[in-house]
Parts: sequence; structure tokens; C-alpha cells
Amino acid sequence: MTVHTASPQMKTAPPGRDASAPHPAVLALRALWARPAARKLLILAAAAAVLVPVAAATHGSGTWPSAFTVDLTKPLTGASDWIIDNRDSHWAFLYFFGHVSGAIIGAVHAVYTVLLALGWAGVTAAAALLAWRVAGARVAVIALASFAACGLLGMWVPTMRTLALMIVAVAVSVAVGALLGLAAGLSDRTFRALRPVLDTMQALPAFAYLLPVVLVFGIGVAPAVLATVVYAAPPMARLTALGLRSTDRGVLEAVESLGATGRQRLLTARLPLARRELLLGVNQTIMMALSMAVIASVIGADGLGDRVYQALSTVDVGSALAAGIPIVLLAIVLDRTTAGAASPSPRRLWAGVPQAGGTPGRRLGEGGHNQRRARTRRTTAWLAALAAVATAALATGDKPWPDTWTVAIAAPVNDAKDWMVDHLYTGLPGIGGTADLAAHYTTWVLDPLRDGLQALPWWGALLLVAALAWLIGTWRTALTAVLSLAAIGVLGRWELSMDTLSQVVAAVAVTLVLGFAIAVPAARSPRVERLLRPVLDVFQTMPQFVYLIPVVALFGVGRAPAAAAAIVYALPAVVRIASEGLRRVNPGAMESARSLGATGGQQLRQVQFPLARPQLLLAVNQAVVLVLSVVIIGGLVGGGALGYEVVFGLAQGDLATGLTAGVAIACLGLMLDRVTQPTKGARDGA
Amino acid sequence: MARKTMTAVSALCVVAAAATATGCGAADMTKQASPYADAVGTKSVTLSVQSWVGARANTAVAKYLLEHELGYRVDTVQVDEVPAWDALSQGRVDAIMEDWGHPEQEKRYVEDKKTIAPGGDLGVTGHIGWWVPKYFADAHPDVLDWRNLNKYAAQLRSPESSGKGQLLDGSPSYVTNDKALVANLGLDYKVVFAGSEAAQITQLQQSAKEKKPFLTYWYEPQWLFNEVPMVEVKLPPYTQECADKGAKDPSAVDCAYPTTSLKKFLNADFTRKGGKAARFLKNFAWSKKDQNAVAQMIAEDKLSADEAAKRWVKENPEVWKKWLP
Repeated sequence: MTVHTASPQMKTAPPGRDASAPHPAVLALRALWARPAARKLLILAAAAAVLVPVAAATHGSGTWPSAFTVDLTKPLTGASDWIIDNRDSHWAFLYFFGHVSGAIIGAVHAVYTVLLALGWAGVTAAAALLAWRVAGARVAVIALASFAACGLLGMWVPTMRTLALMIVAVAVSVAVGALLGLAAGLSDRTFRALRPVLDTMQALPAFAYLLPVVLVFGIGVAPAVLATVVYAAPPMARLTALGLRSTDRGVLEAVESLGATGRQRLLTARLPLARRELLLGVNQTIMMALSMAVIASVIGADGLGDRVYQALSTVDVGSALAAGIPIVLLAIVLDRTTAGAASPSPRRLWAGVPQAGGTPGRRLGEGGHNQRRARTRRTTAWLAALAAVATAALATGDKPWPDTWTVAIAAPVNDAKDWMVDHLYTGLPGIGGTADLAAHYTTWVLDPLRDGLQALPWWGALLLVAALAWLIGTWRTALTAVLSLAAIGVLGRWELSMDTLSQVVAAVAVTLVLGFAIAVPAARSPRVERLLRPVLDVFQTMPQFVYLIPVVALFGVGRAPAAAAAIVYALPAVVRIASEGLRRVNPGAMESARSLGATGGQQLRQVQFPLARPQLLLAVNQAVVLVLSVVIIGGLVGGGALGYEVVFGLAQGDLATGLTAGVAIACLGLMLDRVTQPTKGARDGA
Repeated sequence: MARKTMTAVSALCVVAAAATATGCGAADMTKQASPYADAVGTKSVTLSVQSWVGARANTAVAKYLLEHELGYRVDTVQVDEVPAWDALSQGRVDAIMEDWGHPEQEKRYVEDKKTIAPGGDLGVTGHIGWWVPKYFADAHPDVLDWRNLNKYAAQLRSPESSGKGQLLDGSPSYVTNDKALVANLGLDYKVVFAGSEAAQITQLQQSAKEKKPFLTYWYEPQWLFNEVPMVEVKLPPYTQECADKGAKDPSAVDCAYPTTSLKKFLNADFTRKGGKAARFLKNFAWSKKDQNAVAQMIAEDKLSADEAAKRWVKENPEVWKKWLP
């Protein structure tokens, strides 16, 4: 967060220039007023001057005043008891939730049965053929190898369960997202109403809303699918709306002048033109859904996630990795396939982290004279493919995967981990080892930061947030940020939230320093970028749970391992967005800087960083959101604060504790998002 | 206008279609099994696994015998304790193999709603307490009395314990009175929650490797004792009076944890319709030594749960033969 205050217009406050000017003070003030940032700060300062003395006098300057808190324990416990008592008799459950849950379970069951019936050879062949058809031979080979690897790791059945769940969850997410996106794309009012909702859903750590879903649906596949949909639908909605709204005006007018009705316009012009965004939306939805696969195992989703989760309870990193790798492989296959469909050129994993614009890939239907022959060929190809899949399925029978064809990787991985821990834990030259590193990070960075944040007067924190959010965004984002923070206070989670906040801020700072340090060489040299890409891919899709235990072994129990896991998780996104931004800087600007004799460092500081500012701010925003989501999961390794309360609520079925903490996390996430969100809304000159 | 009517009509159609498709009647969620069950047409049983290894040992052996001796297909799902009760009452899982005592849930589901039936004793008794490593107790024998704990607070400090001694607790799902105990016994300690048992074990192993002192919430039976020998710290003795006080107000507890006989619970419908599997699970009972043997193989020797169960079953037929119905 502190990074933002370094925005260029803040550093240079103009000094009063000339003694001859009538009133230097007035002049300076007027000059200040001309700068939007300063104007905002002045307005805020004026408001503070009036309000703060009142607030401080009536409610002190300590933590959030108890007069403004509402204790929800009683009503929430009551609600929880009511749900448990009426879950099997009340009409809302019998006639609504029951059907929802039944439909989901039925759908997953159907898909799973089909996958089992296809057998391992059938599924692998089908996946490879589909990938080939959609994205080309290279992706088909990747698909073939990946599915074979899942089987070799002894994870065939769990992989199929996860795949079945994913297929249903993605289908529902895409349908829901597309409908929402359609509504938002066609009507301005819906768009305005929906945007804050989608923003909130995306900034929310998934861990926070597992509990309410579990309470209503019990543990199992149904709540897992629903939680996944909540998490994975927003990108689809957002990209659909974006695609529909960015339709070329000229094309629209041309279609309209041909006398097309509203529906025709939508079906023949707007939707086909938005194809790229739609497919990118599907791609993003799949990625988000897969990253939920493991988190959903906490509520009984079964499949690969459950294997990871079970392996962790025996501190068995090797087995966790054996179950984590298929998730990564599934992610890579699905990503390459859908991305291949979205554009002819190969795209990068997660490339669509909120980025507006881009040129639509293909224009209106290609048409052409040999259309019929192409269609015949396509049909033949499909029939051949179907036959191949059927043969493969019949050939293998109903055995899921031959038991003897497995490779045990758990033992060597565990040995490697033990070796690493033994050698890094103590006795590193210079810093003493990871244990000391963790202790220093905790006592010298986290503790002062937390104590400082907790000692901040409550009105001071509100003001600070307002100032930061307003400087970067609009008064609207500032208001949302302030209200979110206030809501945390009202819920009585002020101190805990400040603890979590301190962990987030510190981890984000480290992530940004490391991320930018890696992004700069990656942006300069394509070779570094190529080397880095697979590493980033793996770290970004590897479930966070897999590296929770190694970080405990390295850093001990506490807030330090949570921070380490968060940094590992957020780093790839930061590196990717930042290097992308730096690379995209106008070559002309770079060229002229070079011709003026600027050194490498000067180019970086004075040309690349300022020009890539929007992308860098986006990187900060992503870092904040990702770090927060892992700091919450850090409750599982001693991170404490809000994360622990959510874990506690889930473990004890305690709605009052879990839900309040969940809402507080949501508010914290919203606040952090707003404080770091530069691109939203009209940026009045800032 | 016409278009609006059209939309409304089509929306109605969709709702109607959805309703017919799902049967339009009441759908009781408690009767909905896992979509993965019965997938290949076999009889299947779903067991809940709790996060600690002892519980995994029970499930592993039960699973192995159900599959290889009785011809069932067994699914295991990892769930925390309280949600597991919930799942059990809904029929999402058929049995909990090891329960450490949840009087509130027992009253709600076993006595009031009758959706869960007791499944008898596991044969193992469980005990929760505070423990220090043996090497530390040998060097400082008086640490084993709670009255002397404050003397050692300085040695037990950690970055997370804010200047006090650290009492390491594990998963939030476990039964614990430690915060109340620390406050009521006037101890200069802070309860630090590791957040999960995995994290706690990792931390204990790491400390043991360095021969560093620690004070931890722990329980037996637990396989870790074989690897890191620990000695229990004596707390004020457990009394009925203290238990009653704790039942009224959990923050008033000031005595040790009781020794509980661990129990099994089955879904009520499953006990009626579960046939051989239900009778087998009811008969399942073994000793602390047996459980530890399997748990050790899983957690320390890193065998798969199935492999560990297989080895134990091979060596101990006299124990499990009598469980078979």
C-alpha cells in the first residue's frame, strides 16, 4: 500500500516562487489547488479538521469505539441452530435447496459415470482429440501426456472425480456468468449495478464463504460446486459484458441499417464479435474453478483436493505433490485448449488477468466458397474421432487404471524436502537459516507493523484509507473503502483485522520488491522470459495447500510461514503483469531515451516505470488480492487473526465466529482492492 | 411489451421444465448420497476420516477389511469433527470411527433427532494434556508440575508468543480449554494455535531435532511419542465439580482434561440398512497398541494407508477375525 504514495504528482509540491508576487501563500495554495491530488488531500484535510476533534472527543483515539459495535453472536447462533433443526423439514430446504443440491449431485454423477465408462484410454483419447480439434497438434500431445501422467501418479480415480466436478461447476459458472454478462452488456443500468458485486466477489478470499454454504447444504459435492460457482462466475460475467460493450459502433450501425431486429443484432453481430472475450471468459472461469478444487476439499469435495488435504494431515509433502501435479496438468491442458480456441496464436496461462481492450481475433463469420466441402470433412473427422474414442473405451474395459502402471514419487520428494529443510533451517552462511529469518521477519517487521496499525486511532485509519483510495481512484472508491473499514469495526473485528492487515502489507511489500526485481530482466530478455514461464505456470496453478507444510518446516509455526506461502503464490502474477507492462512500453519512447544517452537504470526509472504505471498498479492490486487470500489460509499454519477465526468457524461449525470473520475478510479485501485500484471509473485527471 | 411477455413466458417455461425434470416434489437433502457412491454398481460405504493420524489408522483398517473381506467399495472423506457429525446425520458419511466426546452434538443428533446411532467403543482411551519433550524434563524435572511452569516461561518464548512462554496448540477443531487454563492458573504463557495438526507436528519435530524445549497441547494415543518422547505436565486434577463448572462456563475451567473412552457413531439409517458393513463397523474395536502400529506406519514410514492396513491385517488376524459378522 505504501507504494502508492510514491505516485509522481505527490512528490513535487511547488514552492512559492517570487517575492514580487502579491501573496506567496495564496499563490502556493492556488498552485496546489490546480493539482487534483493536492486538491483531494486539501478537501480531506478540511473535512478531517472538522470531524476528527468531535470524533476524538466523544469516542477517544484508541481502537474502534465499542459504542459503534454490534454483537451478532446471538442472532447468528440462532440462525445456525434454526437451519440445522429445519434442514430436513422446512419447505425452503425441501422444495428449493433440496432440488438445487439434487440437480448438482445428479449432474456430477452423470458426468462421472460417463468418464468411468470411457475408461482411461477413452478419456485420454477424447481429451487429446478435442484438444487437437480446438487448439492444434501441440496441445493434443500435451493433453495426451498429461492424462497419462495423472494415471502414472496413481491418481486416475481422484482425477476423474475432480474432472467431473469441474465440468459441472464450469458449465454452471459459464451459464450464470454469461447470463449476468449478457444483462450487463446490454443494459447500462444493470452494468452499473452489477460491477460492484462482481468486484466484491473477485476480491473475496474463497475461504471466507465456505461456511454459510456448508451450513445450508451440508458437506459434500453440492456445496463444493456452489462455492466454486461463486468464485468462478465473475470473470465470465465481466468478460462477456466487456465483449458486448466494446462492439465496433460502425458494425452495429451497418447491421442496424440493414433492418436487423434487436435479437438479430445480438446473435449475428454482437455475440460473434465478442467471441474472443467470451472464450477468454471461459478460460478464466476454468482456471478459477481449478484453483478452488483444493479449497473445496475442506468441505468434502473429494477428488484430487481431498488427496492433497489428507496428505497434509500426515505431513506427507510427497503425496500432496502427487495429487497436486494432476491439478497443475489439468489446468495446463484446459488452459491451452481454451486459449487455443480463443485465438490462433498461443496464449499464456492466466493471460487475461483483468485487461481491457485487445483486438478481437476474428471478424464476422468467415464464409467462403468451399464451405460445404469443409463441413463434410469436419463431420468425417468427428465421426472418426468418436469411433477412436469408443474403440479405446471398449478396449480397456471398466478398469479405471492398471494398478501396476504407477510410479511412486512420494518417497523421493519427501527425501528431497527433508534434505532441503535440514540444510536451510539453520546454518546458512550470513543469515543463520530460515528459522532465524522467520524470527527476524516476525519480530522486526510484523510485530512493529501490527502494533503500529493497532495503535492507530480509529479515525486516523479511516482517514488514511480515504486519502489513499481517493488519490488513486475516485471519491466513490474512497467511500467504499472507508465504509468497508468501518464495517469491520462495527462487527467488532478491528484488532484482528489490523493484525491480518499488517501481515498482508508486509507480504505485499516483499512480493513487490521481489516481483519487480524479477520482472525487469524478464521484460528485457526474451530468453529469461522463456525460462521463467513454465516456473510461473506451475507456481500459479499449484494448490497453495501443497506448499503450506514445507513452509512450516522451513519457517516454523506462526505468521512467517503464512507470509512465505503468500509471497510464493502472489509472485508469479506480479512478475507476469509487471514484465508485460514494461515490455509494452512504447518502443519509440525507449528509442528516444536511448538516443539521448540515458543509461539502463535511467531508462528504467524515467521511461519504463512511469509509462508502465497502470500495469504496475494493476500488479500491486493483484498482489494485494492474492496475498490476502493466502494469508487467510495461513490460519492453518499459525497465521492467527482473521484466518484462524474462519478455520475455527469451519472446524467447529460455529457460524457466529466464522461468518463474522468471513465478512470482515470480505470488507478487508474490498478495502484493499479499492485502495489499490487505479483503473476503475473515470479518473478525473489523476 | 410483446417481447416482455415473451420473456416472462419463456422464463416460466424454463422453471416448469426444471421442476418436472427434478420431479417437482420435495427433495430431502439428507437422503442425497455422494455422486461418486455406487458408481460402478457395487455396495459402497463412506467413512469420515478426521485429520489426526490415529483416526486415519482406524479408517484404513476398516476400509481394507470391508473391501477385501466383505466386498464393499469404501470411500473416505476428510472432514473436521463437528462438520462430520453434521454429515453423519445427513447420511453423507456412514460412520465416524473415533469421537473424542461432543456432548452437544450427541444430544442434538442421537437423543433428539435420532439420526445418528451410537456404534460402541473403539477400545482405545484418549487423554489430552500438556507435554514437554523428555530431554527437557530430564534436565529440569520440576517443569512437570504446573506450579513451576512460570519459572520456565522465558525459555519457552517464541516470536509468536509476545514475550510470554509459548503453549503450542494445534488444530482449532480439537477440544481445548487451554486459554481458560492459562488464565485461571495464572500462567505467564500465551496459547499459540498452529492452526492444523500437520503444522503442529512439523513444528514439534523441528524443535526436537534441535533439542529445543517446548510446551505443547498433545494427546494420546499418538504415534509422534515414538519419535519424539514426551512427558506430561501435571495439571490440577480433574474433578466432577470442575467438569460441571466447565459445562456451565467454558472459561471457568481450571483442572486437567479427563480421560475419555473413544466412541464410534453410525448413521441411524445405515445401522438398519447397512447389513454386514454396519455390523462389522459396530464390532470394530482394537487396542491403543494396534492403532499406534498402523498410525506409525502411515505417518512415519510414509506407507499409504492401504499398504499399512494390509501389513497390520496380515500380522494380526486374531484381532480382526472376530469383527467379521
